[in-house]
Amino acid sequence: MARADGYTTFVSSGFGKKLATTLGLPQPVPLRRYVPGGPLVDGPVLVGGHADTPAVTALRAGLTAAGATLTEVVPDGARLGGVVVDLTAAETPADLESLRATLAPALKRLGRCARVVVVGRRPGTSGSVAQQAARRALEGVTRSVGKELRAGATANLVLVTEGSEGAALGTVLFLLSGRSAYVDGQVFRVGEGGAVDAPADAEHPLAGKVAVVTGAARGIGADIARTIARDGATVVCVDIPAAGASLADVANEVGGTALQVDVTATDAGARIAEHARTRHGGLDLVVHNAGITRDKLLANTDEDRWDSVLQVNLLSILRMNEALLAKDGLRDGGRMVLVSSIAGIAGNRGQSSYAASKAGVIGLVDGYAADRALRRRGITVNAVAPGFIETEMTAKIPFATREVGRRLNSLSQGGLPVDVAETIAYFAADAQAAVTGNVVRVCGQSLLGA
Amino acid sequence: MTTHRRAAVLGGNRIPFARQFGPYAEASNQDMLTAALEGLVARHGLAGERLGEVVAGAVIKHSRDFNLTREAVLGSSLSPDTPAYDVQQACGTGLEAAVLVANKIALGQADSGIAGGVDSASDAPIVVPERLRRKLLRLNRAKTAAERAKAAVTIRPTDLGVQVPANTEPRTGMSMGQHMALTAERWGVTREAQDELALASHQNLAAAYDAGFFDDLMTPYLGLTRDQNLRADTTIEKLGSLRTVFGDGPGATMTAGNSTPLTDGASAVLLGSQEWAEEHGLKPLAWFVDGETAAVDYVSGDEGLLMAPAYAVPRMLARQGLTLQDFDLYEIHEAFAATVLSTMKAWEDEEFCRERLGLDAPLGSIDRDTLNVTGSSLAAGHPFAATGGRILATLAKLLHEKGSGARGLVSICAAGGQGVVAILEAA
Ligand SMILES: NC(=O)c1ccc[n+]([C@@H]2O[C@H](COP(=O)([O-])OP(=O)(O)OC[C@H]3O[C@@H](n4cnc5c(N)ncnc54)[C@H](O)[C@@H]3O)[C@@H](O)[C@H]2O)c1
Repeated sequence: MARADGYTTFVSSGFGKKLATTLGLPQPVPLRRYVPGGPLVDGPVLVGGHADTPAVTALRAGLTAAGATLTEVVPDGARLGGVVVDLTAAETPADLESLRATLAPALKRLGRCARVVVVGRRPGTSGSVAQQAARRALEGVTRSVGKELRAGATANLVLVTEGSEGAALGTVLFLLSGRSAYVDGQVFRVGEGGAVDAPADAEHPLAGKVAVVTGAARGIGADIARTIARDGATVVCVDIPAAGASLADVANEVGGTALQVDVTATDAGARIAEHARTRHGGLDLVVHNAGITRDKLLANTDEDRWDSVLQVNLLSILRMNEALLAKDGLRDGGRMVLVSSIAGIAGNRGQSSYAASKAGVIGLVDGYAADRALRRRGITVNAVAPGFIETEMTAKIPFATREVGRRLNSLSQGGLPVDVAETIAYFAADAQAAVTGNVVRVCGQSLLGA
Repeated sequence: MTTHRRAAVLGGNRIPFARQFGPYAEASNQDMLTAALEGLVARHGLAGERLGEVVAGAVIKHSRDFNLTREAVLGSSLSPDTPAYDVQQACGTGLEAAVLVANKIALGQADSGIAGGVDSASDAPIVVPERLRRKLLRLNRAKTAAERAKAAVTIRPTDLGVQVPANTEPRTGMSMGQHMALTAERWGVTREAQDELALASHQNLAAAYDAGFFDDLMTPYLGLTRDQNLRADTTIEKLGSLRTVFGDGPGATMTAGNSTPLTDGASAVLLGSQEWAEEHGLKPLAWFVDGETAAVDYVSGDEGLLMAPAYAVPRMLARQGLTLQDFDLYEIHEAFAATVLSTMKAWEDEEFCRERLGLDAPLGSIDRDTLNVTGSSLAAGHPFAATGGRILATLAKLLHEKGSGARGLVSICAAGGQGVVAILEAA
């Protein structure tokens, strides 16, 4: 898996740090990333919020079981690993004072790569206008705090459904942990569901699962395969036949199987489903990661160029899903994760075809998440939208443009493929049964399209 | 150990075959065999798995490759607890390896195994002349400075020089092509018939690629995604315009177009018992029904160098109670187009079948539409020991597509006047 870029390493060294401070340059720090067996967070987690903090009450036992040391007061002398502020009981914008009162003193005492997790309620249609305003206000606060934080710390918002606060445990744990290193300024929506149990084997939350990852021969896809295999899944690695050599290396490294299939082939979905069924007895997780760019200004884009991007990035998913979401495709309780892009949210000059496909992917998530038949089968569909991720693809961008892309975010650095992979693994876990229809950006709170 | 069960071909993998001194020029036999194994392991999810054994070999071998297959296994993702050994039966190596693995599985001595082969015509060992080799060994044995000096001065400039291994029969001093030319003449095989067979080989291989047939039989290597020798756009005119390279005078018929080129490559085939396959979520493609080897006396000129399969096949048919026409598909290795044509002519020839094979009637002819339907060595190339694995995996997949019970015949000729043949039946 890739390393931190040279600049980040440099400004983290004694001399480099001094120089960067003097010149007012961005000061990225090496991010805290998940290591199996490591602690959930580095330091105690402050919990607080408004009124009787129902979410904290529902989550307390689970957080403690996962190794978090919870505290109600900012401890003297120690650095906080994180803060969980529960505003689910906020009724009017006046109640937001509880948020300020909890967070303000805590922010000064955050450790490196600490986490701020704000918990609120999903803005409903039945509540009062004042309540709607209070709920929506949380997004503004969280995003601003994300931009104020330094030293690799992040702030994210989790919106829960009344009575289902416990269903958010997996999400809050993900956000506190090193798995969410490059996830910043995001809103997670958790639907109705029972309180989740910790997995039988905490280090292998995907044990026994069979997963398919498309575009697994290199880049982000290869790290998705590695990450979910680390978490216990058996991985079917799919890529085009021409990429077969590196695909075989990845498949053998993760102890999975290699399937050389072009995702645009008409029978790709059927072949993938059949492979998973006959070889591994079924299918629990599909990650549609394969993607291409054919950048050109729209005025200069011909039909072939346009079509190839739409075919690989969007139409293939629709076509494959006919087989993958059929009865002998994904098992009940299965997961599907799509890979969008911030280009699909913000748009990008020269990327009209790519942005069309990646915005279309978000449309797919909306459509599938609203599908009652899939809900009944317990199948969730979510997407990640990576920002600037250090891969062979982005290494080809000219240096200056690349530097800008890298720094234009709250963490002043590009993300690593593993950061995208960790978010996918989070969506994939059993604990996320109530998490569907989310599009989470893995972008370090990029300024693009924010 | 009295059990007798069927061994199944479960899948295969090969790297695309490259022309001599092409993209694999720097790759060793061990590199290529390891790559072929890695692709097979990935396709079948065998990382970390201990298999019964891996059997493979190479025809042209460096002395350092004394344990070639075991070294390749150790360099692969298979469990290091997987034993391996090398075999060598010239161009029959790959198929012979499969016979050995299948037999152990049938006997219950192994549940699974890989049969493979590799050859490099580029990374060939270089041998010093015999006289120089003896002098160098003497120098190496010398103990005192005086002895060393004495041994060293015996080496003359005329001793220096290297010998690159040639495709030559040691006992006749003739190349394989020269031998084949004699046989082609004996059977009256025409230039046109050879060129037509070569054309069909290229066209069939190209069509198979276009249909994605090799997507689950091949893993690219060093940037090559298709057999480099394949000429999808060749024509009968182009083939007809090539000058002859073997045989003498106006009667010569053999060209570079209807003879296989020197190539580099590797292949591997996964075999297993039905139970082992089921435990690993794998479907038998075809049963390995039988195998037979034969050899002929080509030294005295009694028979053609590459005609041994013509003898092996009828013996195997008799044992199985089958006729030559009882097969849905035939894979006859195209060492030369003339090899295939001579063999088929021999089987159609009453006198040959009576006198040589001791049969009452000719074996008869083969429907050409069922012969080498996805191309063979003329188009794909022929890295000697890798050909058996290429053919077995291809045929097993083809038979599986035809449906249970479909039967296929494999015939491979080999240097030294030998031949290895086998029968597969769709599972
Ligand atoms: N790298 C980034 O910064 C970034 C940002 C946003 C989104 N993404 C998205 O993440 C995904 C992975 O990107 P990456 O950077 O790893 O790219 P990459 O080019 O390194 O890898 C993409 C993989 O997909 C495979 N692929 C392409 N077409 C295919 C097809 N028709 N069938 C099967 N496989 C096919 C490729 O062979 C390759 O192995 C893509 O969907 C991309 O759009 C990447």
